[in-house]
Amino acid sequence: MAGYTDRELEQKSAGMRLDLLRYIKMAGAGHTGGDLSCIDILNVLYNDVLNVSPETIGSGDRDRYIQSKGHSVEALYVVLAERGFFPERELETLSRYKSHFVGHPTRKVRGVEFNTGALGHGLAISGGIALAGKKDKKSYRVFTLLGDGELAEGSNWEAAMFASHNKLDNLVAILDHNTLQLTDKYSSICNPSPIDEKFSAFGWSVVNVDGHSIPELRRVLNDVPRETGKPTFIIADTIKGKGVSFMENVLKWHHGVPDDAQYQAAVKELEERIGELSA
Amino acid sequence: MRLTDKLTTGRPNIEVYSETLMELAGRDRDIIVMTSDSRGSGKLVPFAEKFPDQLVEVGIAEQTLVGVSAGLASCGKKVFATSPGCFLTARALEQIKNDVAYSDFPVNLVGISAGVSYGALGSTHHSLHDIAALRAINNIVIVVPADNHETRMAVRAAAESNSPFYLRFGKRPMPHLYGEDEPFEIGRANVISGGNDFAVVACGEAVAPATGAAQLLYNEGINVRVISMHTIKPLDRETLIRAASECRGVITVEEHSVYGGLGEACAGVLMEEGISVPFRRVGIPDEYTVTGSQQEIFNHYGISPEGIAGLIRSLLKVSASGGRV
Repeated sequence: MAGYTDRELEQKSAGMRLDLLRYIKMAGAGHTGGDLSCIDILNVLYNDVLNVSPETIGSGDRDRYIQSKGHSVEALYVVLAERGFFPERELETLSRYKSHFVGHPTRKVRGVEFNTGALGHGLAISGGIALAGKKDKKSYRVFTLLGDGELAEGSNWEAAMFASHNKLDNLVAILDHNTLQLTDKYSSICNPSPIDEKFSAFGWSVVNVDGHSIPELRRVLNDVPRETGKPTFIIADTIKGKGVSFMENVLKWHHGVPDDAQYQAAVKELEERIGELSA
Repeated sequence: MRLTDKLTTGRPNIEVYSETLMELAGRDRDIIVMTSDSRGSGKLVPFAEKFPDQLVEVGIAEQTLVGVSAGLASCGKKVFATSPGCFLTARALEQIKNDVAYSDFPVNLVGISAGVSYGALGSTHHSLHDIAALRAINNIVIVVPADNHETRMAVRAAAESNSPFYLRFGKRPMPHLYGEDEPFEIGRANVISGGNDFAVVACGEAVAPATGAAQLLYNEGINVRVISMHTIKPLDRETLIRAASECRGVITVEEHSVYGGLGEACAGVLMEEGISVPFRRVGIPDEYTVTGSQQEIFNHYGISPEGIAGLIRSLLKVSASGGRV
């Protein structure tokens, strides 16, 4: 791992926010709010936690990342590009005819492990990968990112039982806990609370983290498994639209695309943030 | 085979499936069998006892069965995800579509007690949609073996393949349609009996009654070509086209809805080729399926030697009189 300072990773996060807005603006489509809420998590995973790189993506010993909340794909693309899995300029084809860069992850994009986007799939897939690691006595870990609205899919709870039953302590699920889904706050749709108690009851080791604090994320994501024989569930408290003040906690930015004035305002705010971090 | 031969009865295909897996698993530690509380129905108890590390139980959770299978396959495991066809292909259809087929990991999906094998348990336990549902998904080979030999060869082929497979098995003992050394190739139909008067294209447990019909008609001087179209996808167009070109009519027989199964797959090919011959689909019609055992349901819908022979006679009669069929 490159050994970045917290400040350097914070700079990367701000730059990635700028990038993902640029490509969403270019494409005229994207899941902006969720991208902004999970980008810090992905930045820390790929730049501080995961034992995977463009050179080792073909290795059977690599750590795996499965993005169950596939709609936040622009965040994943930007992080993979920044990490060198493919040239960043390829992202200019996002959502274009015949582009590999579609609105949910596919394995046509180098670095992507599974085709996801239908919700409630990532946890079982990750469970299978973790089980293979145990059977083959490999030391890799599997990280998967879930959305909180996604928890309504019953397949998550099947897979949660499977993971603890099989003592998959090489499996880490991270919840992008921004509390908003497409239609409304999750608490008014079909409330999954208390999420921590539920996963504890399902046999997981549960921990909370500030999903926008780089040092906190580094500490918690690197400290796995927390308990031998138990899969880890990390509830990352996040803000949908984080980093662009007028997008924060505003429902319409779930898949909103900024108009020109909004885009300029967002760029200005993010550039100021980058300036602060460079000072 | 010669149509004068009496068919000898073999074992249920599902037993041969399990036995073949044991052969494979003994040589290859990457063979993994997944079950959803279905090892008994899958005749996999001996496998579980002999290879406990190569059997993974998920409980009654078909979505997890398929999702975990895809994860294992992505790490190089050769997975046979075994679950009743009705639940596997309906409840876990999205995992089949996305985690296996679209993501392109070579999971072998094994639908057991498929079709109307569960008979009087009723329609919740019947899978008459599975072939239709999976045919519409890109990147799955669909194989419906007719007898023990086809089963053994299909399981071996699936284990070797880098493509996702769907294998469909019933429960009852099947007559031997082949000798042990007959060739078997995925995507190439087997002609079980020759003849140019009429062609019957069948799959799975419907091949035996088709063969029975050919035996009945042979005694009346009508020579029926029986084709085991064990691979539904990719379909062997060549063998089908030759049969339709050389015979006076074609019927398809399948233990599946007449919508979206073997019959419509064959009809599509023949229409595209401009081959117009008397043609009928025999299968389960679009109605609440009659209640009863598998055999009673087969008989009710004409998936029987008598039913198939009767249909062929009537189509040949109309054909001979030059009338519209």
